[in-house]
Amino acid sequence: MLEAKKINKNPYMPEKARIVRKYDLTEDVRFFQIRIINPDLVLPLTSSYKPGQFMMLSIPNVGEAPFSITSTPSRPGVFEFCIRKVGKLTTKLFELKENSVVWLRGPFGNGFPVEQMVGKDLLFVAGGLGVAPLRSLLLYALDNRELFGKIFYLHGARTPKDMLFREEFFRLKERDDFECYLSVDSDPLGVWPFDIGVVTDLFKYVKVNAANTAAVVCGPPVMYKFVVNKFLELGVPDNQIFMTLERKMKCGMGKCGQCVVGHKYVCVDGPVFTLWDVKNIRGLI
Amino acid sequence: MRVLKLKKGDFVLFLKSLKRFGELWGPVKKGDSYVYARAEPENFDLKAIRTIIPAKKFFLPKKSTILKFKNGEWREHQEVVNRVIFGLHPCEIHALNIYHKFYSRLYPDTYYLKNREANLIIGLSCIPDDKCFCANTRTSVVDEGFDLFLTDLGDKFLVWIGSPKGETAIRHVGHLFETVTAEDIEDYITWRKERDEAFQLKIPLEGMPEIVSFSYESSIWDVMGEACLSCGTCTMVCPTCTCFDIQDEYDIKAEEMNRERLWYSCVYREYSMVAGGHNFREARSERLKLWYTHKLVGFMSKYGSPACVGCGRCIVSCPVEINILTVVKALKKEKTGAFWERMEVKNA
Repeated sequence: MLEAKKINKNPYMPEKARIVRKYDLTEDVRFFQIRIINPDLVLPLTSSYKPGQFMMLSIPNVGEAPFSITSTPSRPGVFEFCIRKVGKLTTKLFELKENSVVWLRGPFGNGFPVEQMVGKDLLFVAGGLGVAPLRSLLLYALDNRELFGKIFYLHGARTPKDMLFREEFFRLKERDDFECYLSVDSDPLGVWPFDIGVVTDLFKYVKVNAANTAAVVCGPPVMYKFVVNKFLELGVPDNQIFMTLERKMKCGMGKCGQCVVGHKYVCVDGPVFTLWDVKNIRGLI
Repeated sequence: MRVLKLKKGDFVLFLKSLKRFGELWGPVKKGDSYVYARAEPENFDLKAIRTIIPAKKFFLPKKSTILKFKNGEWREHQEVVNRVIFGLHPCEIHALNIYHKFYSRLYPDTYYLKNREANLIIGLSCIPDDKCFCANTRTSVVDEGFDLFLTDLGDKFLVWIGSPKGETAIRHVGHLFETVTAEDIEDYITWRKERDEAFQLKIPLEGMPEIVSFSYESSIWDVMGEACLSCGTCTMVCPTCTCFDIQDEYDIKAEEMNRERLWYSCVYREYSMVAGGHNFREARSERLKLWYTHKLVGFMSKYGSPACVGCGRCIVSCPVEINILTVVKALKKEKTGAFWERMEVKNA
């Protein structure tokens, strides 16, 4: 006889939330702070997720899609997202004013294995919109600074005006307890005070104990190969190289199948994968 | 498991007595094929082989409203229909067991679970035709996932009682059932031997995970991709296919919005396409490869058995002869007889 299963809360039911704050980071990328309306859920939900997890955000009659959480559970209260206007749902989302209602489900996904990273040096490489999930982990590490070894954060953008969270990183650069390096591919206006070139050039500044380093990369697909090679040159083992991936998802719970790669559902087995996973599951990257 | 005997003459009477559990559904002849239809038990075809659409339609309907949005609030929506579903063959029950494993893991799907609770499942034995190969997928015998299971021995049924609900179902009409005698057991053994020897098709799947893995770059996928119509029939008729899409639809009359869940197919072009137009599996060959990799490799590594129950539906349904039989043969470099095999020769 099959095991009887208890019928719990409906996992497809979204939670009502409001956009409490929004502003443009670049021409087509906007920052959203979204607060769950139910006061009983605000703290439990916003303090217990893992960096690297995502939420399903929906607008009725438009649709639902997954978005990386860019805030950290160490600063609970709101969920933050960094969203590019690229499709039907995001176009509608960009039309919404502050205090508009949106709907959230989640958090979903495995997130970064933060507990495995404790005691290790951390090396982040972010490119373009890839900063969204990495900012969550970076802020989490900075808020729990004593738990980690050295922290290096490398961030590349096409031009100065394309750099997401630019001012925030300028301020973070001033901190003494971690190393933050920013670069742009080109600087048409001649205003950029830091490195100019591709993000992998910034590896010249990196001094970590490679065997005891968790290296994390997120960015446009073309970036992965070059950055992963740099990690391997440093000597970081396959299972300590993490990357977070993007796929089409309709449920977020390992059911609808649209994010499937090989035998992995990116929504529940990912979106964070190690280089070892990537080597053994064809089609992940 | 408790086994009882039911006379063939009492079969209709027994099934009618089950109407108190819900609507009566079973295999009925439609054209050259069979479908699960709501009917009186006299019309059920005891010799029915595979239905066009498998019984998954009762547990994950082709289209169903899961949420409704009105006046600024969402509310849960599900039309649960109590049914007695008769005539599920062992392969079909195995497929439902895969469904059960899949939909009750991680975030248990409340819609599926409620449908499962609302249905009484009555299995039925069968004699394989030339497209059945459940002996190879080890799904020709089933010991869980049904409330009652009937083995047809000509003038009588042996009835396996698989759940407390099944026990309740026969209790009200207990007088119809008899204890199994030594002669019945002999008849069963004879029947079973005949059944096991009736398999004509053999598709050994044992080595497939490695073979599919090694053939990942093989040009055979491109050949099949060229032939594939992306029609999605294989996924609709496959009893282990679980994928779905979710879409919001506005209902003008009711002035409300419905969140619909619909069957979906990994061979559709939009399946892996994200906002902005990037498609992770643009080529048809890539999508076909996903289907067969998922069935024969992925599911195997996760659950220890392939996500194929040997029902033969893809063999019957695919209009361009891409099915479990031809794919396995092609990957093993055997002759398939499919038209695209000749296409390959022409291109080579």
